[in-house]
Amino acid sequence: MKKMLSALLALIIAFVPCTFAFAAEQSEIDALRGTKLYVYNWGEYISDGADDTLDVNAAFEEKYGIDVIYDTYDTNEVMYSKLKGGGVSYDIVIPSDYMIERMIAEDMLQPIDFSNIPNYKYIPEKYKNLAHDPENAYSVPYTVGMVGLIYNTSMIDEVPESWTALWDEKYKGSILMINNPRDAFAIAQSILGMDYNNESPAAWRVAAELLKEQKNVSPAYVNDEIFLKMESGEAALAPYFAGDYLTMHDNNPDLALVYPKEGVNFFVDSACVLKDAKNKLAAELYINFLLEPDVALANAEYICYASPHTEVYTNPEYSFYEDEILYPEEGKFKTQLFLNLDPEILSLMSTLWDDVKNHVPSPGSGNSALFFGGDDASQVVDDGEEMTPEAKKYALYIGIFAAVCAAYIVFRYARKKYREKV
Amino acid sequence: MSGRSSLKSKLIASPYIVWSALFIVAPLIFVVYYSFTDAAGNFTFENIEALSKYAPTFLRSIWFGIEATIICLLIAFPLAYIISQKTEKVQRTLVMLVMLPMWMSFLIRTYSWMALLQDTGIINSFLGKLGIDPIHMINTEGAVILGMVYNFLPYMIMPIYSVMAKLDHSMVEACQDLGGSRLTVIRRCIIPMSMPGIVSGITMVFVPSVSTFYISQKLGGGSFDLIGDVIERQFQQSYNYNLGASLSLVLMVLILICMAVMNRFSGDEEGMVI
Repeated sequence: MKKMLSALLALIIAFVPCTFAFAAEQSEIDALRGTKLYVYNWGEYISDGADDTLDVNAAFEEKYGIDVIYDTYDTNEVMYSKLKGGGVSYDIVIPSDYMIERMIAEDMLQPIDFSNIPNYKYIPEKYKNLAHDPENAYSVPYTVGMVGLIYNTSMIDEVPESWTALWDEKYKGSILMINNPRDAFAIAQSILGMDYNNESPAAWRVAAELLKEQKNVSPAYVNDEIFLKMESGEAALAPYFAGDYLTMHDNNPDLALVYPKEGVNFFVDSACVLKDAKNKLAAELYINFLLEPDVALANAEYICYASPHTEVYTNPEYSFYEDEILYPEEGKFKTQLFLNLDPEILSLMSTLWDDVKNHVPSPGSGNSALFFGGDDASQVVDDGEEMTPEAKKYALYIGIFAAVCAAYIVFRYARKKYREKV
Repeated sequence: MSGRSSLKSKLIASPYIVWSALFIVAPLIFVVYYSFTDAAGNFTFENIEALSKYAPTFLRSIWFGIEATIICLLIAFPLAYIISQKTEKVQRTLVMLVMLPMWMSFLIRTYSWMALLQDTGIINSFLGKLGIDPIHMINTEGAVILGMVYNFLPYMIMPIYSVMAKLDHSMVEACQDLGGSRLTVIRRCIIPMSMPGIVSGITMVFVPSVSTFYISQKLGGGSFDLIGDVIERQFQQSYNYNLGASLSLVLMVLILICMAVMNRFSGDEEGMVI
């Protein structure tokens, strides 16, 4: 039944004549038949026809006769490195806010002709002209969302209302942390009451100290493993995206999500057209197509992230209609958007993140001695440039090993000489 | 060699020369170029100077690599010897069993170790059924080394086995005839003769162990940062090709030094006398 419905939906989308007034002539659109459109999007970020959902790309291909070549990435940074590294060329990317600002600043995007995107009218004012694209010339919102604190109600008694729960010794060993500098720093900055887009190096260093302190509770730094670890009850606390929490909650109903009182990151992922796009009109048709109410609804159901589309979130048939996780009451807690950082702050952030990852906390780090885990680090070292006790230990081991090898070589050489003499 | 045949051999070798120029030499030149330039392309030593803070990471990576290599050697040597003593049919089956895990993706195998070692994982829930307290295994140094040993063990077994399978058995018999005990036979005869296999096994385990990054992330919970993790971060996250390249360059030099030391144990005829 569902399958038939989605097939019908695809048919309707494909054959209902264009009711919107495109600036582009119909002949121009027809001329695009047989051309290729290169789309670069996050993984699992479009309804793809699995489980009888609508296959958005196939429906677009059917409607316009344009081939969609679709690739995916896992992080904004990977996408940026790929594009910067050259050798690839795409027409559309869907980065997050701060990355859009960076790409605008580095002249990687081109303004969108909004007269070709009549469906832009479905985007409410609150998602337009945001700080990363103040004149809203380059981006069309695709999904929005927030980072929340996911916890396992069977392992944690009280609701962790503050991010400091991630530093709580009580939950030592069952804390997960996002393995991504920007998101990890944002949590520390929330606790410290700082702005996420702080331009002062000293402030970033303070936040890094706080992140180092967190090592006392042995957090595991994870990306996608968070699904496995939270669903299996391996970990009790993890900061992650609210949309993904809904997926985890389906598999483990013990999980709950709270938006900590210190404030959370609010993000907007928007579709943009790249500067060197070869098929700009097709790209605009595609962006417009993503905003068709049926397509946007199918995507919102599939991705489980909040939708910035009025026809979706006001639709009572939408599974997450008035869902309080995805669409919490506005102004209930503080939200901040990531903006692009100064190149110097960016490189400071990655150096500090390397320091955090390398930091070894004071003794009793909780590793079981049964599993080679003994750690005799005796003092806290707060700077990555110093030789930590752990490093000294390894240096000693390697030294002993090298000495044994050297002694053996000398011994063999001496024995050989001795034998020759005899 | 006459001029004609050398021309012919050059022609035959040319595809490989082109291949290695394109995919080995050229990337190396890029690595060196990036190591000594800044983002704007100006010559600088900054990337090399910045490396001092990664010394602890380098030391940890090398020590983990040494540990994994020693454990692999201790497991692989007896195993390779046992396999080589079986009849040919059994040998083939056993070798296939050693290779079998490699038919699956390295990433999937490492990921499944995560499910095995977790506090709520398969091993611990089994122990729980037996009434044994759970052992905390994931996110420890031991788990990272276990991952390395597990993933790279076949690279140690195969070269040692292939040398041992061709080992001249009359030498072993001669040793026994001369009154050598079992231990002497192994020490004076089998080990020296399988030395080439041992050395190439050590190389093939040590190099990937030192530079690995996936294993430490998944099984170490990101708390045991290895140099491979740092390099991956520079390229994937920070977009700092220059620092990443200089880290890779130093790692390559360190590995070459380690290999040079290892090779002292073989190559010359001295290697034959232990």
